[in-house]
Amino acid sequence: MEPILNFKSRTVVMPSSNIDTDQIIPARFLTTTTRDGLGKSLFADWRYDASGQPVPGFVLNRPEARDCAILVAGRNIGCGSSREHAPWAMVDYGFRAVISTEIADIFRNNSLKNGLLPVVVDDATHAWLLANPGAEVSIDLETCTLTLPDGRSVEFPLESFARYCLMNGVDELGFLLSRLDQIENYERTHGK
Amino acid sequence: MTAQTMFEKLWREHEVIPETADTPAVLYVDLHLTHEVTSPQAFSLLRERGLKVRRLDRTLATMDHSTPTDYQQIFGGLPIRLESARKQVEQLQSNADEFGVELLGLQSDRRGIVHIIGPELGATQPGKTIVCGDSHTSTHGAFGALAFGIGTTEVGHVLATQCLLQRKPRTFAISVDGRLGDGVTAKDLILAIIGRVGVSGGTGHVLEYRGEAIRGLSMDERMTVCNMSIEAGARAGMVAPDETTFEYLSGRPRVPAGAAWEQALDRWRELPSDPGARFDREVSLHADDIEPMITYGTNPGMVVPISGRLPETGDEVYLKALDYMGFEPGQAIAGKPVDVVFIGSCTNARISDLRAVAGVLKGRRVSPGVQLLIVPGSQQVKRQAESEGLHQIFAAAGGDWRESGCSMCLGMNGDTVGPGKYSVSTSNRNFEGRQGVGARTLLASPIAAAAAAVTGRVTDPRELLA
Ligand code: SF4
Repeated sequence: MEPILNFKSRTVVMPSSNIDTDQIIPARFLTTTTRDGLGKSLFADWRYDASGQPVPGFVLNRPEARDCAILVAGRNIGCGSSREHAPWAMVDYGFRAVISTEIADIFRNNSLKNGLLPVVVDDATHAWLLANPGAEVSIDLETCTLTLPDGRSVEFPLESFARYCLMNGVDELGFLLSRLDQIENYERTHGK
Repeated sequence: MTAQTMFEKLWREHEVIPETADTPAVLYVDLHLTHEVTSPQAFSLLRERGLKVRRLDRTLATMDHSTPTDYQQIFGGLPIRLESARKQVEQLQSNADEFGVELLGLQSDRRGIVHIIGPELGATQPGKTIVCGDSHTSTHGAFGALAFGIGTTEVGHVLATQCLLQRKPRTFAISVDGRLGDGVTAKDLILAIIGRVGVSGGTGHVLEYRGEAIRGLSMDERMTVCNMSIEAGARAGMVAPDETTFEYLSGRPRVPAGAAWEQALDRWRELPSDPGARFDREVSLHADDIEPMITYGTNPGMVVPISGRLPETGDEVYLKALDYMGFEPGQAIAGKPVDVVFIGSCTNARISDLRAVAGVLKGRRVSPGVQLLIVPGSQQVKRQAESEGLHQIFAAAGGDWRESGCSMCLGMNGDTVGPGKYSVSTSNRNFEGRQGVGARTLLASPIAAAAAAVTGRVTDPRELLA
């Protein structure tokens, strides 16, 4: 994975709360056996009509959404199914961060493992972001801050190890494999 | 020693390396269940890195999500009609062969929905850590296991190391006193709990369901409750093991026998939360207040008693959900016409669910124009139901009896609800499009679903109980 230190982008806003992973990527696209190519099916049932044509009013189909790498979503985005296809689809589409006041547990975990940054902000910052779609914001991992266009910065929480992995482009499997001695020892002493 | 919750006891027992400020805990996984949808990329990861499956004895695979439920496509020599589903099924078969993983494959008589077969085989046991690339892994918590869903990258971690990196979640006690009334089921209980806690109320927590009403539930019912923990945002839900648990497990193929069984019982009896153990959050409910429930919206927290009305007002999300569902604020839910009834899924497709459905359908017919699909949770449930003659009751009523699988719980195996159609479903998710593009799902108990099939309308099942 590429290390992530900081980036800047305009936002796309989807204000609905409880956007579940079935919306992010509907089940019929889960029959893939690779990680790639899911971006075109991201939010498929909101993005395309029954004949497969783009729905003009849907936010990702608007011209101003092009090249936006940050999604601002309503509360509790990513609830429901554990499908990692959800962050795969987001990353494949071009998103690098998701901002909300609450992000569902499994989706948050899955996102971190794929270089999609889950950013949890306070209600006031969230309200500002919802009201200002297209705002250019910057995200800095070193300081765990989100900076709004007027220069205001807010800190966001990020689990320290996940942050380390993102900033150094390392994955967790390497860490686990480096602990195999301790795992074997645990198995011996615990009768596993 | 301070009083500990059941969760804390399990967590400590499975810490290979405790968490620090800089690193999450390395947590040992006793049982890793896997299925065709969330495993292909994990096996690819092993292949890329030249790794093996570290503990084949702790890994069990089955196929359920994309498998057809039509006999001909499983046993009759017909190919799986959905090309992409067929590929996924074949991929799991070849991954299992290549890595040596035990697979209860397409034609296995032990195949079924992963969360139904784990308990059925006795592989699910108290005190175990159990993971699967599937959010309804919470089901196994009914046995006093710590069981939760993981993503595909983590599936790869467990295959390669039998461990996961995890931060310790918080604890949340949900106490239910009293007794459920007649015609009120475990499904109604969990829907009422979700209505109370909200769809994100359990985020970051492990739930422990406790109290008199929970103690009074059978294992099948406890599984129904724990299954939907994730619908309250919690990755895991647990019930303390007791005599009901031990009786269910006794004699199952994968539980210890003889002296080892006695030793296991001694260990399992130590698991329940100590008296006075503190939880980070607590909520209590009275079972006697709970009525048969049904969802009306597009998440499981949008739920009312079947005898009730939709809220008069709500926020934008509420209005959007009603628009999708074709409902009006304040309207009564009972009496709404129904197109499809689905009895199935890891929430409600065990033998006791099917018996309850047969109890309602016996001597009755499905209302004209309603499609009734009954899909057993496993091949073993199917055989049991047939040995009791339940399939004849279903057939006589006009229902369609299938091979096991996830079926209409999610639209990826060929069984779907049509656009705009109303489906009363015993599954766990009423998200937009979950059962098919444009499908409108109302979640309810097996008897409420059966009652809807008979009357063709949303019906309080108590009206049909003799
Ligand atoms: S029955 Fe439904 S909820 Fe259960 S494992 Fe299958 S798809 Fe998931």
